[in-house]
Amino acid sequence: MFENLSDKLNSVFKKLKGQGTLTEKNIDDGLKEVRFALLEADVHYRIVKQFIADIRERAVGADVLESLTPGQQVIKIVYEELTRLMGETRQDLNLTGQAPVSVMLVGLQGSGKTTTAAKLAVYLKKQGRKPFLVPADVYRPAAIDQLKKLGSQVQVPVFASDPGMNPVDICRQARVAAQQQGCNTLLLDTAGRLHIDEALMEELVGIKQAVSPSDILLVADAMTGQDAVNIAQSFNERLDIGGVILSKMDGDARGGAALSIKAVTGRPIKFVGVGEKTNALEAFHPDRMASSILGMGDVLSFIEKA
Amino acid sequence: EKTRRFLTTDVDKLFVPGKKLDDQTLEDLEELLITADIGVKATTELIAGLSKQAAGITDPDHLKEAIKEMILPYLEDDRPTDEATRPLATPHVIMVIGVNGVGKTTTIGKLAARHRANGKKVMLVAADTFRAAAIEQLSIWADRTGADILKHRENSDPAAVAYDGVEAARARGVDVVIVDTAGRLHTKVNLMEELKKIKRSMSKTMPDAPHEVLLVLDATTGQNAISQTELFTKAADVTGIVLTKLDGTAKGGIAINLRHSFGIPIQYIGVGEQVEDLQPFDPRAFLDAMF
Ligand SMILES: Nc1nc2c(ncn2[C@@H]2O[C@H](COP(=O)(O)OP(=O)(O)OP(=O)(O)O)[C@@H](O)[C@H]2O)c(=O)[nH]1
Ligand SMILES: Nc1nc2c(ncn2[C@@H]2O[C@H](COP(=O)(O)OP(=O)(O)OP(=O)(O)O)[C@@H](O)[C@H]2O)c(=O)[nH]1
Ligand SMILES: [Mg+2]
Ligand SMILES: [Mg+2]
Repeated sequence: MFENLSDKLNSVFKKLKGQGTLTEKNIDDGLKEVRFALLEADVHYRIVKQFIADIRERAVGADVLESLTPGQQVIKIVYEELTRLMGETRQDLNLTGQAPVSVMLVGLQGSGKTTTAAKLAVYLKKQGRKPFLVPADVYRPAAIDQLKKLGSQVQVPVFASDPGMNPVDICRQARVAAQQQGCNTLLLDTAGRLHIDEALMEELVGIKQAVSPSDILLVADAMTGQDAVNIAQSFNERLDIGGVILSKMDGDARGGAALSIKAVTGRPIKFVGVGEKTNALEAFHPDRMASSILGMGDVLSFIEKA
Repeated sequence: EKTRRFLTTDVDKLFVPGKKLDDQTLEDLEELLITADIGVKATTELIAGLSKQAAGITDPDHLKEAIKEMILPYLEDDRPTDEATRPLATPHVIMVIGVNGVGKTTTIGKLAARHRANGKKVMLVAADTFRAAAIEQLSIWADRTGADILKHRENSDPAAVAYDGVEAARARGVDVVIVDTAGRLHTKVNLMEELKKIKRSMSKTMPDAPHEVLLVLDATTGQNAISQTELFTKAADVTGIVLTKLDGTAKGGIAINLRHSFGIPIQYIGVGEQVEDLQPFDPRAFLDAMF
């Protein structure tokens, strides 16, 4: 449908075939295309601005490799830099601390928390742990039912919350119940909330204080636009999150929000959600994310060959 | 107003009265438009248009008016629909579609309440048979709003549920039928085929049903909303858009972006999780809130 960035850059740089280096003058047209691609992918405006300035500095004067066109050379630099920014080492859940440990899921309404809780339960079970699902959303209609059903699908016990209970009490009591049932890892499914909702953000702080989770994960929708920075920053400021799960990466979202969130929080993206089913959770791969943001689909084979 | 509080962008802070609309100000303005999710293409067009008038623009109010005048034509057809006076078929069938988690089911609850307030007999149809507890969620909204509900068992055929819903509504003299569907990503071919099938099944019992197909979009969404609108329209002839979650800090600029690319009116905005948090879209008020 769209001409991809690689084609665009190649046509921008066609004019300078034979020229050996990328110069300040010839690079700007190329970077304009890169900027456009990043903004179309929903990377935040300010982050794009900084990124382009950095790339420009790196690219000016760089020798064009024999095997690459100048367009490919620019993509190689952009791609490597994006991958680096997204975090090079893979980070798993933090499950350290006195058993039973808790992992808390937070985020905006509809981002995928409840589904992700069930996915993580499956993931933990495979690792030989004993997960315990905790519905701590007493607001959304049928939220507790939803997690109960998912729990029975994946055969993981679910704490018997009641919408009349207070979410902090639910989490506290669930810890005791988990222990009694021989479970070692609680997955706390909290209600969706706006990052500007003071009372509900305070509730999350209360849960954190009550059970000291070993990991707090922000579940964010891969389709999120420019507001991703505000959302991530607010959740991180209040809760000091341990990482991020990017849901709904199975569509055609370019996922620029991933870069924005990483940039403002400094926290790693730990997993991506790639479907509605309970097994649709994958480890995060920075290089795949970089090519998705650039709108280039598969890993860039010409770069690997170069 | 609830939307106004959150939507306001900072045009006022952009330039001091007396200063010219210079390149720096235009760049700041570009940032403001792009961070509102208006998109690069539409923003570039707007900035180009404004820079032509730059000499005549000397204060923030003037700039705001100029921006609004440029955008308003995109949104002009989007007149608030008044359920109370609009002639409806009997029953009037509304199908609600969209990607996962945008607010379809909640919007249905809010819509039901609006029609109930106009004295209409409303039936909700639980054609999301897939997501865990989707049927229970819709049932709670039916209870809250005093609407009837038609449901089958979990995992049953959604097209059959929709068919039965319209049948039952006709038999029971229902005025407004609202059909909930499972969230689905617009790129999943089989799920989009299923949507077509659900739609067709309703027209088998009532030839002109559904009378409306509402696409629900989350205002927090970025440029992907364009692709969603394109593919949902292709599959199910969307007649109107509902933009939810405008009570957050996302500016909802995708509305402008969308109307720049498609001829589909925006009908409602969602501004919260409660039953009263749905408002008819008013382009002028939306722009006044945004700038
Ligand atoms: N395609 C796809 N859908 C997903 C993914 N993760 C979650 N969903 C769907 O997104 C919708 C919302 O998911 P939930 O798990 O209910 O989201 P939530 O954050 O718990 O929502 P609230 O509790 O209302 O805030 C559901 O339809 C899920 O099936 C994913 O990775 N891919
Ligand atoms: N803040 C806010 N939250 C909303 C709004 N509309 C819906 N929500 C919340 O968003 C979440 C998802 O809403 P649902 O109505 O379940 O969304 P859905 O599109 O039916 O989701 P699926 O059926 O899973 O695809 C819930 O937590 C709702 O309370 C809104 O206008 N503002
Ligand atoms: Mg939930
Ligand atoms: Mg729903």
